[in-house]
Amino acid sequence: MAETELEQEPKSEDDKSYSRRNFIKGVIAGGAATYSAGYLFRAGVANAQSSAPGAVERLITLRVNGQDRRVDVLKQETLATTLRYKLGLTGTKMGCDRAECGSCTVLLDGVTHYSCSVLTHTVRGREVTTIEGLANDDGTLHPVQQAVVDGAGFQCAFCAPGFIMSMVAMVDANQSPSRAEAAQALSGNLCRCCDYDKILDCAVSAADYSRRG
Amino acid sequence: MANGKLFGTNYSPPDLVAKMTGKAKYAEDFRAEGMLMAKLLMSPMPHARVRNIDTRAAEAMEGVHAILTADDLPETDNLVGSDRALTMEPMYQGEPILAVAAVDEQTAANAIEAIRVDYEPLPFVINPLDSLRPGGPNARVGGNTVKDRKDVVEIKWTAQDFAEAGEEMPMGQPEEEFELGDIAKGFEEADLVLDETLYHQSQSHHPLESRSCMAYWQNDKLYIHVSTQSAQRTAPGVARQVGIDPTQVVLIAEYCGGGFGSKIGGTVNMAIAALLSKKAGRPVMHRVTRSEENAYGRARPGFQGRIKVGFKADGRITAFDMYLIQDNGAYGRSGDFTSASRCVSLNYTPLNMRFRGISILTNTPTRAAQRAPGGVQITAMVEPVIDKAAKELNLDRIEIRKINAPDNDTVYGSNQHNVTSAYVRETLDKAAEMVNWEEFKQQSGRTNGSKVTGVGVALSSYVAGSRGFDGLMVIKPDGNLYVHQGIGNLGTHSTFDTARVACDLLDIPWENTVVVWGNTGKHLPHSSVQAGSQTTHAHTRANLAAATALKKNLQEIAAKELGGSPDSYDVSGGRVHRKGNRASGMTLAHAAERAIELGAKYDGHEVAEDINEWTKTAAAGLAGQGAMGAAKDNYGGEGDLWSFVVGVAKVEVDRETGAVAIQHYTAVCDTGSVMNPRGLKAQILGGSVQGFGLARSQKWVYDPKWGVPFTQRLYNAKPPSILDVPLEMEGAAIEIPDPQNPLGAKGIGEAPFGAGVAAVLCAIQDAIGEFDLKRSPMMTDLIINQLENQAQPYKVLETDV
Repeated sequence: MAETELEQEPKSEDDKSYSRRNFIKGVIAGGAATYSAGYLFRAGVANAQSSAPGAVERLITLRVNGQDRRVDVLKQETLATTLRYKLGLTGTKMGCDRAECGSCTVLLDGVTHYSCSVLTHTVRGREVTTIEGLANDDGTLHPVQQAVVDGAGFQCAFCAPGFIMSMVAMVDANQSPSRAEAAQALSGNLCRCCDYDKILDCAVSAADYSRRG
Repeated sequence: MANGKLFGTNYSPPDLVAKMTGKAKYAEDFRAEGMLMAKLLMSPMPHARVRNIDTRAAEAMEGVHAILTADDLPETDNLVGSDRALTMEPMYQGEPILAVAAVDEQTAANAIEAIRVDYEPLPFVINPLDSLRPGGPNARVGGNTVKDRKDVVEIKWTAQDFAEAGEEMPMGQPEEEFELGDIAKGFEEADLVLDETLYHQSQSHHPLESRSCMAYWQNDKLYIHVSTQSAQRTAPGVARQVGIDPTQVVLIAEYCGGGFGSKIGGTVNMAIAALLSKKAGRPVMHRVTRSEENAYGRARPGFQGRIKVGFKADGRITAFDMYLIQDNGAYGRSGDFTSASRCVSLNYTPLNMRFRGISILTNTPTRAAQRAPGGVQITAMVEPVIDKAAKELNLDRIEIRKINAPDNDTVYGSNQHNVTSAYVRETLDKAAEMVNWEEFKQQSGRTNGSKVTGVGVALSSYVAGSRGFDGLMVIKPDGNLYVHQGIGNLGTHSTFDTARVACDLLDIPWENTVVVWGNTGKHLPHSSVQAGSQTTHAHTRANLAAATALKKNLQEIAAKELGGSPDSYDVSGGRVHRKGNRASGMTLAHAAERAIELGAKYDGHEVAEDINEWTKTAAAGLAGQGAMGAAKDNYGGEGDLWSFVVGVAKVEVDRETGAVAIQHYTAVCDTGSVMNPRGLKAQILGGSVQGFGLARSQKWVYDPKWGVPFTQRLYNAKPPSILDVPLEMEGAAIEIPDPQNPLGAKGIGEAPFGAGVAAVLCAIQDAIGEFDLKRSPMMTDLIINQLENQAQPYKVLETDV
C-alpha cells in the first residue's frame, strides 16, 4: 500500500470519521488494495532486470506444444506469464489471473489447468499444450477447433482459447458427452457474452468431429 | 432485397479461425521493442483530495522511466462532468491518481510503493437517498448532481419528504419530469392500483478482456492498441484524451474481448499508455487487472423506484406513475433513468403517464451504458408488478401484455415519437406458440418433493438502429471486393454480416470478399458506434448505399468501353455484362483496371460531397486502387427504431434451501429481417443469460463505513456460468421486415437482456407465490426469508448490500 499521510487526527470517535489507523484496519478488513496488487511480473520483453545475486531465477527447459523451449523463469512466475510474455504464446488469455474465469486454461499432460495459478517451475518435465499447439503445422485445425469454426462458436471469443482447451480434454475423456456432461466439463470456464447455448452446441459437435477423426 | 443469396444464411465469419487458434490479437497481445510496463496508484478512499505527491524516491529507482499525474493530462472541455484518466480528487475507491512506467511490472509496483501521497479525506456517500437527506453528504465538493452536463449543484429533499414516505420511497423535488395525459384521471378510472417501492442494483460490466492498452509513437504519430467496441469512432476520443489531432492517431483494435457498453468509444485509461509512452520515449503496455477493471471499467446505474400503476379490470393500464432515483456514480450524467421512461411508455402504452426522476452522484465507479441502459432496470422492476396485477385481476399473463402492447401506430415518450415498426403482439403470440403456453403455464405451482415450479413471461424493448453513416468499398484488379468497415469487432459478427449486403447486390461470392476492419491506418469510413444495437440497421444501409454506387460505376465503365447505356448492363457472376447476355461484358477485375485508368469518381479520386470528412480521407487513401463505391446512407426514414424481445422462463425453487434452477428459457424477438440466424440466436440467448445473472446472483456490496467495494472480482461479482443456464434454450424471430430499411433489418443486442432478467424474476415470484420481493437479485437468502416469513436482512431501499 502506498504511504498515506493524514494530517488531522479525527476529533471524535464517530463511526464515519477517519483516522489513519481505523482506515487501514477497514481497508484490510474489506480486502481492498490501494493499487492493483494483481498480477505482477518481471516481463522479459526487452528489459527484464538481471537477477539479483542469490536469486532463484534460472534458465529452465519447458516442453511446450511438442517443442523444448529454454526460458529464464523467476521463482514466483506463473505459467500464463511465461507463455504470454516470454514464449510469445499470447493465445492463452488472462481474464482474472486468480483462477476465476478459465481464460488461461492449458493442458498439462492432457489435464486442464489454470495457467495463471500454476508456477512455471512446477511444470518442468511435463507436456504443456496451449491453443497454439492444437492445429497441425499445415494449418489443419484440430477437430474441436474445426467444430467450433463450423458452428460459429463464441462471440468476442476472449474466453475461446480456454474453452477450447477444456473441450479438447473433455473429448479425450468422453467421446460422446451429453449436453449436461459437456456443461460439467466446461464449468471451469466463464463466457461473459454468455454464449453458453452455442458453446454447448459446439461442444457436442466437437465430440462428434473427434470421433469421426 | 432481403432475399439475397447470403442475407439470411448461416456462415462462419472470417475471423473465427484466428479466434480459435489463438492468433487473434487483442490489445494485451501486442509487443514492441523496448516496451515498458505501467502500473497505477489508485485511491484507497472513496473521496479525497490529493494534497501532495512525493515521487522522489520512486524516480530514483533503477528501471523507472516515467511517472504520469493528472497535471500531465491535456486540458479538455468538460472537466466538471466527466472523469479523466488520472485525478487529484479521486471520487471513488480505486480511481487512478498516477501511473508509473518501468522496465517491468514489479519495478513499477515497487515504485508505486515508494510514492508518498498526502490525502485529505472528504465526505462520501454510497446510497443516493443518504445524499438527498437534509444535511446529507455530497459525493462531490459543491453538490450531488450534475446540471446541464457541466455544473455540480446540490439538491436536498426536506425532512417532511422523508417523514411522509414512511417505509416507501420518498419523492421530493425531481430534476426531470413529464406527464402525458392526465395521471390523476387515469387513476380514477382504474379498477386496480398497485403502488410499489422497488430497487434495482448497480452492476459492473466485467467484460472478460479488461481494458488493457499499449501505445507507442512513431514519426509524431500515436500507434495505440486498445480494447474498444468501435474502431473508427474511437480514434477522435483518443486524440481528445491525448491532446493531439485525430490524424495523428493510428488505432488498432481488430478484436474486442467484450464491452457490453463499457468500451463504446474506447476507454478512459487510453491516455495513460499514450502519454507515458510519450514521456518515456518508449512503448508502454498498461495491463489492467480484474479488480482495476471493476474500479474504472464502468457500471450500470442502479435505480430506487416508486412505481404506481392503475389497471382496468381487463388489464389495460390507465395510469403509470413512476419516480426513479438514479445512482449516478461520481461523474457525468447517465441517461438510463430517462431511457427507462421511454421503455415504459412504449412497452405498456399507458393511457396516462407521469415520469419523475433524479440522478444523484455517489462515490462509486463511473457509470456508462450497459446493454439496454435503463431498459434492463425498468423491465426487471416493472414486469413482476404486471404479473402481480394479472394475478389480482385473474388475467392471463400474455394477454395482459398484449392488451397494453404497442404497434406500428404507437407514439411514445415525452416527445411523442413514432416507431418504424413494433410487432409486439405477434411476438407474444409466437412465444406462446413456441412454448405451448396454455400447457406450459399449467406447470405453475407444481411440486416435486420440496421443489416447486414457476413460470414467467417478460416483454423487453430497446432502441435498434440509427441512420446516415457511410459505406466504402473497392473492387481491385485481383477481382476481389474489399469492404472497409469502420465499426468495431465486438463479437456480434455484424462487422462481417453487414458486409455481405454488398456481395448480394453485386453478386460477388463471399470467398471473393475481403472485409477490412479494426485499424484506422487501413482507411475506414465514418461509422456508427458499435453500441445501442445500431450497426445492423445502420451498416446494412450504408453498405447497400456504397454497393449501389459501386454498381452504377461498374455499369458506366462497361458502357464507356463497350457502348450502349449504363442501364443496359448488369453485374453478376463476377462480370459486368449486357443484360441477358453474360458473354458480352468484362470481368470485375478488368473493370477495376478500367476504373483506375478512368480515374475521377470511378477509382475514388472524386467522391460524393455528402459523405463524412473521415470517409473522404479514407477514400483518398484508397483512390486509384480499383473501382470504388463510397456513399452515405440517404435512405432516410421517420421514427425511432426499436426491437422487442419476449422471454419465457420456467424455474424450480427448492422451498427448503431457496435454490433456484432455471429449467427452460425461450426468447422470441421482433428484429425485422434476419441477416444471420445463428448469430441472432446467440445475441438473444446470450443477452438473456446475462440477464439471468442480474436476476439471481450479481450485485455490488459496499462497506458503508469505509465506502469500499467487496465485490471486485468475478468470484464475488458472480456472473452466470455454464451451469446456471438451462440445457435447452430456444430462440427465434418473427421475421417481419422493418418497413424503413430496404433490407428490413433492425438491431437486437440490447433488448434480450431485460427479457432474461424479468422472465426469471417473474418465474421465481410465481414459484414461491409471493409477489412482493421488491428487489433483485433474488438470492437464496431472500427467497428463504420470504418463504419462512422472516424479516429480510435489509430494507427495500438499501443499496449495495
